[in-house]
Amino acid sequence: MNNKIERINEPIEASFQLLEGDFANAGAASSAMKRVLMDLGVDEDIIRRAAIAAFEAEMNVIIHGVAGSLHYIITRDHILITVTDMGPGIPNIELAMQEGYSTAPDWVREMGWGAGMGLPNIKKNSDEFNIDTVIGEGTTLEIKILLNDRGERR
Amino acid sequence: MKIADILRVVEGRLIAKGMSDSLEIQSVCGSDMMSDALMYALKGALLITSLNQTQVIRTAELADIPAVLVVLGKPISQDMMSMAEEKNIALISSPMSLFTACGKLYEHGLRSCHEQQNRED
Amino acid sequence: MITVAQVVESLGAQVAVKGDMERMVKGCYISDLLSDVMAKSKEGEIWITLQIHPNIVAVSVIKGLSAIILTNNRRPEEETAKRAEKEKMTILVFSGSTFEAAGKIYTLLSQ
Repeated sequence: MNNKIERINEPIEASFQLLEGDFANAGAASSAMKRVLMDLGVDEDIIRRAAIAAFEAEMNVIIHGVAGSLHYIITRDHILITVTDMGPGIPNIELAMQEGYSTAPDWVREMGWGAGMGLPNIKKNSDEFNIDTVIGEGTTLEIKILLNDRGERR
Repeated sequence: MKIADILRVVEGRLIAKGMSDSLEIQSVCGSDMMSDALMYALKGALLITSLNQTQVIRTAELADIPAVLVVLGKPISQDMMSMAEEKNIALISSPMSLFTACGKLYEHGLRSCHEQQNRED
Repeated sequence: MITVAQVVESLGAQVAVKGDMERMVKGCYISDLLSDVMAKSKEGEIWITLQIHPNIVAVSVIKGLSAIILTNNRRPEEETAKRAEKEKMTILVFSGSTFEAAGKIYTLLSQ
């Protein structure tokens, strides 16, 4: 088995810039992250969870976040994805975590986003999930996914 | 169901081949909301949508969806086609509506990701 | 020809807002993109969508659709339900997915 993850000595990390409205590049950071996890031989169900959570977090910045970044760091036992933006902040996190709640404008919905499922799905795919938001300053999401369970949960 | 059979049922055209020859599709997600696919589509599903944007291919790539069917004969851009080829995703275009394409495939035995999940559990 | 009430029975859907249940269902349109529904849906069709915001009622009324079916157990927003009541536009809630609703209504309409 091509499991290089147990043999990495130094953490592997990378950062990507994200820009509001940049739909053409939406998902590029998550895609690059997915390739790295595949090269490391991580279980494919775990990779899928990380890729989905990262993509939804990226889309949040592209829809609401003005500008921001996605950073990931991979160690032997987990990946930590941190997505930060300079957007308006989330006024009510409890509401935002409810499936179906969205503040996305109509034009975003016409592009197939803004169904109000992003944050709940990020949480569902994370082992640890944290939101830190300040109105008028921005939001930071921290998504931690363990790389050594067998990916049985969904 | 093989991609060749799906093409016949939806009167579709194969825009990008992906892994068409070896795919055996069992479950389907029909949606224009990509978060719906990211939330509910099973690995290996067919995504049927009326969106013709590159983010559909991104969604497929990241959620391990090997085949995408774009309905209503919506024009497929060069970018969308190239991305499907690069990511090895089978991309089909059909003139049918989302309803007719879904209805006919259901009639031929394909099931939604929910139903397929329940069968397996 | 089938009625909205027959669709409710066949899907086992919940009635979130009750309009004219005896209205004929002439066909079905599926979309989450309101611009497509505005451009392509036809009078009397029943509309399957994931969208729950108030604009879905306006679109249904303008296009003369027979009812709205929300899938994946999504419930209309409060304002959506209010407007639907005012316009007597039926809104159904189906626990299954869009594909499953499509398959069942396709079967029903083909009989």
